[in-house]
Amino acid sequence: MKKKIVSMLLIVVMAVNTFAGCGKPSSSGAGAASASAEEGKVINIYSWNDEFRERVEAVYPEVKETSSDGTVTTLNDGTEIHWIINPNQDGVYQQKLDEALLKQADAAADEKVDIFLSETDYVNKYTDAEANAAMPLSDLGIDPDKDLGDQYSFTKVTTSDTNGVQRGSTWQCCPGLLVYRRDIAKDVFGTDDPEEVAKKVKDWKTMKATAKELKEKGYFTFSSYADTFRLYGNSIEQSWVSPGETVIKVDQKIMDWVNDSKEWLDAGYLDKNVKGQWNDDWNKAMGSASKVFAFLFPAWGIDFTLKPNWDGGDGVWAVTNPPQEYNWGGSYIHACTGTDNPEHVKDIILSMTANKDNLLKISKEYSDFTNTQSGMQEAAADDKGYASDFLGGQNAFKYFAPVAEKIKIAPLSAYDQGCVELLQNCFSDYFQGKIDFDKAKSNFETAIIERYPDITEIQWPE
Amino acid sequence: MKQKHKKIDYAKWGYLFILPFFVSFFIFSLIPLIDTIRYSFFEYYRSGIKEVGPNFVGLQNYISLLGSDMLKYAGNTLILWIIGFIPQIVIALLLAQWFVDARLKIRGSQFFKVVIYLPNLIMASAFAMLFFTMFSTNGPINSILMSVGWIREPIDFLGSVLGTRSLVGLMNFLMWFGNSTIMLMAAIMGISPDVFEASELDGCNSVQRFFYITLPQIRPILAYTLINSIIGGLQMFDVPQILTNGQGTPDRTSMTLIMFLNSHLKSKNYGMAGALSVYLFIVSGILCFVVYRMTNNDDPDGSKAAAKKAKKQRRG
Repeated sequence: MKKKIVSMLLIVVMAVNTFAGCGKPSSSGAGAASASAEEGKVINIYSWNDEFRERVEAVYPEVKETSSDGTVTTLNDGTEIHWIINPNQDGVYQQKLDEALLKQADAAADEKVDIFLSETDYVNKYTDAEANAAMPLSDLGIDPDKDLGDQYSFTKVTTSDTNGVQRGSTWQCCPGLLVYRRDIAKDVFGTDDPEEVAKKVKDWKTMKATAKELKEKGYFTFSSYADTFRLYGNSIEQSWVSPGETVIKVDQKIMDWVNDSKEWLDAGYLDKNVKGQWNDDWNKAMGSASKVFAFLFPAWGIDFTLKPNWDGGDGVWAVTNPPQEYNWGGSYIHACTGTDNPEHVKDIILSMTANKDNLLKISKEYSDFTNTQSGMQEAAADDKGYASDFLGGQNAFKYFAPVAEKIKIAPLSAYDQGCVELLQNCFSDYFQGKIDFDKAKSNFETAIIERYPDITEIQWPE
Repeated sequence: MKQKHKKIDYAKWGYLFILPFFVSFFIFSLIPLIDTIRYSFFEYYRSGIKEVGPNFVGLQNYISLLGSDMLKYAGNTLILWIIGFIPQIVIALLLAQWFVDARLKIRGSQFFKVVIYLPNLIMASAFAMLFFTMFSTNGPINSILMSVGWIREPIDFLGSVLGTRSLVGLMNFLMWFGNSTIMLMAAIMGISPDVFEASELDGCNSVQRFFYITLPQIRPILAYTLINSIIGGLQMFDVPQILTNGQGTPDRTSMTLIMFLNSHLKSKNYGMAGALSVYLFIVSGILCFVVYRMTNNDDPDGSKAAAKKAKKQRRG
């Protein structure tokens, strides 16, 4: 059975490849081939999982084959892509990448990093103008305004340095929705219609009244206080650390999250036993035995997190508009400064992030919400083509698309990852009543200075 | 006549054989050690992917460490160590005594010796993972307690100071008591049976025998176990690190010195981490000195002190 599936998959992939090869005029292929004369023979790509490789294999027309262990992909012109995969856990990926980047200038041509990926939480560390690890796209010959015109503008802001120079591009964008249990909605509100539920969760004030309703029937609104963090954290007015400064300014929105979370937890709207995300308790909260009404997830969250943890049948979950537009996650492709394969890199970036047909194919095959405004509008209108079995035939793109258009990304800094992580950890003790508010603040100050020794001061909002 | 006084010199072979150790010690231990000490006087870290330093700052790192919560983490380490060590040494003494007591005739003592040693063979991190899962709020321990009816609400073991510290102590106890038992057994077996026989003839009961004969006789090994355990305890890190996700939760009460060191290494802060390492080095050094003195001078069979005395008497 398994063999059958694998062989079917292979046939599909092969068919898709030939198809893609035929459908596309050979201009870009020929361009890459002729340029390869003076280009290096090896393209090194740093990433933390197979996500990007799978997508390249699926849609990049130049791919010939990938070795069975998945470490080398050969292109039609003989150039090899070497995949250097290090897990994200405990910052291993960034550690390895940082080591490689420090050696980049002295490395042999075939050892140089050509492409690396980053996530929203730390993209700014690499797009920083002074660090100059990621090349400006314009240096590759990509005109962001023209070539990437169909992308969502917030993804361009995210990958730009403080001078507004875009230094990366992405195929996916991660607008988030509210994913809720239909059976609980029916039990409490008498209806599971997404439009009706949307009215119940349209803003935080209404949401609170709804939470009370859910509580009376014995349900939790969300599982953990960390679930709502992105909604607040995405709407901060100023970045955690302003460019050129060494002062962390904690935004009022973050303190709102702290206060609201405490209030919600004490009121019993959140599950006390779930402490943060990505742990066993959190995963269990997505099971059928759980009393949690909703989660806040982007497209990947529904597919990679919720679906594997759900033990019931299809069609129990549904999506609707969240109380506030937000973005969670995103993988960015960067051309590494010093690459010896600029033409290939340019071709890969354009093919993966600016080609609408390729992006729609990724959306269809991997349920990613891809970075093409016109394409996503088409998907939103095409209920048949993009219906999700897991969501009971609902077309999630219909809900994602308007959220994506309204997202205003919060200003980023290179310190975001540590700030977000440590703040959640330190205030976790406060939420559980182990320590008081001021102690949590001082614990955060201690922890953040350990992580970032160059921080000199932490300013809290009044 | 020419007498051949040529002695065969074996010493050079000896030096040759110990050379690999000294070479590897020099490369892998001494140079890094000196480097650590050197960097402890520098400001040297990475911010993002930009390297800062090394700039010489003198004793700045040492001073700011004293101003930080270092002593609190030292206290945590001590508490976590004591919670594990006391039951460990008590149980180990008891078991060692029972296992070597010929009159008890414990069946399958060999089997038990293996079993109590087994937890030591499991990787500490795997052990901590196991405990983390078992004692989580939705974990098996809580479900068992709830289905038996002893508790109604799940206990948040890892959310409370007492719970977390006791779990760390329990794990360290489980991992090391077998090791200590074996060591103490060897010590007790080294006591001459004559002494025990004599005491029995004098009507000594087993409690007296333990406190007046066994305990004083195994003192050097006991001291060795103690110091070894203190040094091991100073470096305690894997169990609390995995159990609390490296955060030392709740409220940093299970953050040990080495975890503190690790959080500096996360930012590649070699200067500060170096200074902390030097502090730890000094403390370990003092402890080593203490154990050296204990085993050499205060040996109850009086090896060194008695020898000195005897020498003096002979001269006099």
